[in-house]
Amino acid sequence: MALVAGAIFAVLLVGSLKRQTGRSDQVQDLKRAYARKHVPSVDHKKFAVLQKKFASAHDVTPVCISCHTERHKEVMASTHWNWSREVYLPGRGIRTIGKKNLLNNFCIGVSSNLQGCSKCHAGYEYVDNGFDFTDARNVDCLVCHDNSGTYTKTTAGMPSPNVDLNFVSQRVGLPQRANCGTCHFFGGGGNNVKHGDLEQALMSTSRDVDVHMGTDGSDLDCVACHTGKNHKMLGKMYSVSSMNRDRSTCEQCHGATPHADSLLNEHTVKLACQTCHIPVYAKVNETKMAWDWSTAGKLRDGKPYEVEDADGNPTYASIKGNFIWRKNVRPEYIFFNGTADHYLVGDTVQTGVPVRMNTLHGSYDDPNSKIIPVKIHRAKQIYDPINKILIQPKLSGGKKGDGAFWQDFDWNTSAAAGMKSVGLPYSGQYAFIDTVMYWPVNHMVATKEKTVACVECHAKHNSRLAGLDGFYMPGRDRNSAIEWLGSLALLGALAGALLHAAARIVMSWRRRAA
Amino acid sequence: MSANRIYVYKAFGRFWHWTQAILILFLALTGFEVHGSYQFLGYRQAVLYHSTAAVALLALIAFAIFWHFTTGEWRQYLPTRQMLRAQVDYYLIGIFHDAPHPTKKTPLSKLNPLQKLVYLALKIMAIPVMVLSGLFYMFFRYPQSNGIGTLNLGHLERIALVHTAGAFFLVSFVIAHVYLITTGRTPVSNLKAMITGYEDLEDEHEEVAVAAAIEEHA
Repeated sequence: MALVAGAIFAVLLVGSLKRQTGRSDQVQDLKRAYARKHVPSVDHKKFAVLQKKFASAHDVTPVCISCHTERHKEVMASTHWNWSREVYLPGRGIRTIGKKNLLNNFCIGVSSNLQGCSKCHAGYEYVDNGFDFTDARNVDCLVCHDNSGTYTKTTAGMPSPNVDLNFVSQRVGLPQRANCGTCHFFGGGGNNVKHGDLEQALMSTSRDVDVHMGTDGSDLDCVACHTGKNHKMLGKMYSVSSMNRDRSTCEQCHGATPHADSLLNEHTVKLACQTCHIPVYAKVNETKMAWDWSTAGKLRDGKPYEVEDADGNPTYASIKGNFIWRKNVRPEYIFFNGTADHYLVGDTVQTGVPVRMNTLHGSYDDPNSKIIPVKIHRAKQIYDPINKILIQPKLSGGKKGDGAFWQDFDWNTSAAAGMKSVGLPYSGQYAFIDTVMYWPVNHMVATKEKTVACVECHAKHNSRLAGLDGFYMPGRDRNSAIEWLGSLALLGALAGALLHAAARIVMSWRRRAA
Repeated sequence: MSANRIYVYKAFGRFWHWTQAILILFLALTGFEVHGSYQFLGYRQAVLYHSTAAVALLALIAFAIFWHFTTGEWRQYLPTRQMLRAQVDYYLIGIFHDAPHPTKKTPLSKLNPLQKLVYLALKIMAIPVMVLSGLFYMFFRYPQSNGIGTLNLGHLERIALVHTAGAFFLVSFVIAHVYLITTGRTPVSNLKAMITGYEDLEDEHEEVAVAAAIEEHA
């Protein structure tokens, strides 16, 4: 009888195993579609206008516009150009915010520092608030479209003097990894400083590091996913973005429920793809996890210096303070619904809790929220303890004595110059305050073999989602009273049976002895 | 004291009993892994096996209910206070002094009063609680603004806690049950009977027991 039962049961189990194997043709279709490489329809080397010697970068743009007659308008409507966009922030109303006027947790803010920062502006000579955002001659087409690999930008966003503008302009095309990476991999003053999942290793990498970009695999460029229509690129980072729109998503290719296993598909209701598919970030090079500005300014023999760790990363720099770097970092997790708030210059800070440079909204009960992996960057930033606002310091540019901290190493003059540039008061006193910034992790997607295993979250100890509350998760959560009473019942039944059995045996011996 | 080999447990009854036993043990094994009590089969396997075994158990229960009603076996579980006290006293006192079982087993009354009570509680309380909480667990869908939304219960917690408490209770029952089967005429006579269907029943007082059973059912 038991055999029959066992046999039936075995059949059922085998049936359940079959559920896991299923179609993977969707991925095969995608691989086929993306294996077709773009073939340019135009050879720019053949255009006479691009043979004439360019006196300045400003002269290149009108030549581009002479054929691509409306494209500059698209660029000038984009955030790559404006460094800001109009958004609706709940509780604040409509604001125009972006890199231009937000503070971050790294080099803090661009205001008063544009000489250096504008190296990553898609334009020329954005050096102060007087920049003319309506002058098409300032648009830098080449920084995104150079396919020669020889175009580099320097101070004030101008091309390096040794760039051959004719050579470059004859070799333009779709943006390649290097076009995007030259800014997006090096934000924050060095490779992989900011994101942790975007760094120069992605220029040429393996599937193991990034399953999409691996040159031994699909070999996708950034723009394969970050598609652009009329120069409006999909994808955004919530360091500067606020609204749930124009995002680049996994779903745009893979759909909302891409697994053959319905149990996994159900997880997509509450989990972003990234949560399981990016087990670690900063896989190749270290990323900056913490930045303490309060120790900046120490000099040796009157000169700034740097201390490096064994990996060659600075752990201290006179101009910036102390850093903590980490590699192969396990993300932290939060609920996120695609909308964010930011610390806006002039917002009052509370002491005692870290200032959130950006706040990613979301909770379990919000049906639009999903759990996402984030890098949380922690810092100590300069603030004004009298006015209770964060300070925008002037860090670079100008002559010695102009207040730039990186030259004068004087926080007072740096704070005064920086705050003047944003039109806010400075009390004359400064201190340092803890700040945090949330960076959603979206890249360095693992191969399917290396995705996060069930038990890494569904576990009593050291669950990846240990910090998230407001919901019950099997394997992680339990009610201590039920556990206690249940264990008591189990042990009670066992002890009762053993004691009862022992008493029966003893009494039976006694009877036999009698 | 002479004994007769009597056919006590019918084929389907035994099939049902043992299949249920295996399924419940397997559900406990996989269920407590899902609960995070230990790692054994692997979390994903445990979840899949648990769901499959649950469906198998549901099917078995459906057949068992049909069987109980069509054969009238359900009457076995009608509770009675008659001899209940004597049965409790037997387990607490009499068993240690080799006292006779206060009630006699017959095909018409194979359960003693305490068994009737406990198994009835199992059938109308514990199993339904586990089945219902299990179904809610299985068909729970996370709240979402669009899409599947089968049962928008909001939170899994209450369902899961009831299911967990029930699991602790059931496993405790199994432990006690496995021990108590050794209290038959010999330590293994009950086990043998449940396997073969036949049991050597003491024939003295048989008429009395049959009469009692008939009286009960009347």
